[in-house]
Amino acid sequence: MAMAALRREGRRFAPMISPNPINSLRSSLAPSEEQAFIGVRSISTQIVRNRMKSVKNIQKITKAMKMVAASKLRAIQVRAENSRGLWQPFTALLGDTPSVDVKKNVIVTISSDKGLCGGINSTSVKTSRALFKLNSGPDKENRYVVLGEKAKAQLIRDSRKDIEITLTELQKNPLNYTQVSVLADEILKNVEYDALRIVFNKFGSVVSFMPTTATILSPEIVEKEAEAGGKIGDLDSYEIEGGETKSEILQNLTEFQFSCVMFNAVLENACSEQGARMSAMDSSSRNAGDMLDRLTLTYNRTRQASITTELIEIISGASALEG
Amino acid sequence: MFRQAPQLMARATTVAMRCRRLFSTDVPVEASADSTFVEAWRKLIPNIEPPKTPSSFMTPRPSTPASIPTKLTVNFVLPYSSQLSNKEVDMVIIPATTGLMGVLPGHVATIAELKPGVFSVHEGNDVTKYFVSSGFAFIHANSFADIIAVEAVPLDHIDPSLVHKGLADFTQKLNSASTDLEKAEAQIGVDVHSALNSALTG
Repeated sequence: MAMAALRREGRRFAPMISPNPINSLRSSLAPSEEQAFIGVRSISTQIVRNRMKSVKNIQKITKAMKMVAASKLRAIQVRAENSRGLWQPFTALLGDTPSVDVKKNVIVTISSDKGLCGGINSTSVKTSRALFKLNSGPDKENRYVVLGEKAKAQLIRDSRKDIEITLTELQKNPLNYTQVSVLADEILKNVEYDALRIVFNKFGSVVSFMPTTATILSPEIVEKEAEAGGKIGDLDSYEIEGGETKSEILQNLTEFQFSCVMFNAVLENACSEQGARMSAMDSSSRNAGDMLDRLTLTYNRTRQASITTELIEIISGASALEG
Repeated sequence: MFRQAPQLMARATTVAMRCRRLFSTDVPVEASADSTFVEAWRKLIPNIEPPKTPSSFMTPRPSTPASIPTKLTVNFVLPYSSQLSNKEVDMVIIPATTGLMGVLPGHVATIAELKPGVFSVHEGNDVTKYFVSSGFAFIHANSFADIIAVEAVPLDHIDPSLVHKGLADFTQKLNSASTDLEKAEAQIGVDVHSALNSALTG
């Protein structure tokens, strides 16, 4: 990637090093500067210098963004790792059922609000689209619930009619369980579902994240699946304490499961976002550094060339007079 | 003497290779992932890798042993931390909505909803007490107990004077509540604080 960028840069420079750069680059220069160049025969270094300045600024910005992402990552990584115990009991009890075949699927896509974080948002959008395709069929109904600005922007292009709810500005305040459970409640109140499929990026390390999907079934489906045996067939062997009926407690259970899984998913995704941003910003500041080296070389070479030209002019003028 | 050296060398490298291969398969294999899902995915969407599912990040639980184990394995989790993780204890007492429930190894598989109350962990002579707000407890047939609470604090972190003040506040709120929502909120406050109070005195 870095090489490609450099090559592109090199191509952009070709006209600059040519003897008359003003015409070809007039659009990029302020008119006042243009005045100064008229009648100058030597090669100008002004443009390269400007570009060097802008690249240096870009490098400063990306470096700062990397630092910010690194410090945010450290805080959120601890929280994400602490929340990993939360969903495990539910998976142990209700099993992991991504292949369940139900009528109403709701795909909950979790993404970030801000960009410049590598491919995490497009990965979760791609995974959601694929899940949509996988679960679509006659007499089936698929809906999207979108969290985060970036997935919304991508999904709204081709599946506007399938989006049920979009929620943004999730990470304005530090994430906590209360906030996420309010959010989960909002989703549960406003959509009808047989299965909720949460799509998020699980944090692996700073440079790796894993697209993941967690499935949460509605209480009716849980009961039906438990009766039919299969993956969650063990559920019937559990005694149920509290609550008047089994369906009532199952409803509480699945809603609680949804909020817990969501909480972990949101944290993991935020963590992957910061990690991906950190590595993206790291590589872009490295690219900017490479580019700066190349520009400095061009600048020095151009300057040297103009000095040499001037010297030749003086010497040849002197020798013409002598001769 | 050196005639056998090539063979020895070859053997050495094959051993090394075998070792290396053994090492690379050391990462957890996704045997637990849902194979029908993965197959269906591969068939329909061949250009994207199937996403992971939660079970591939979880160490599988052991199956139910024939004899009852001597210890109970407890996972006690909160949204912000795992208080106990795979800890082997003698007994736990869970504040279920139907009443306090003592859980020993070999307890029948149960799903219980929690109410505000004291959750205690007995380990030999040591007893650790937590006050939990609400949540769920799953007791599995293989002597695993999972307790998920929304909030829990060790009992000695609670300030009695604040509990009394909170109880008085919420009782007053309950009396002055006009709407159903306010009444329900105040009722929850009274319940939690009276449970706290009885946990501290009892």
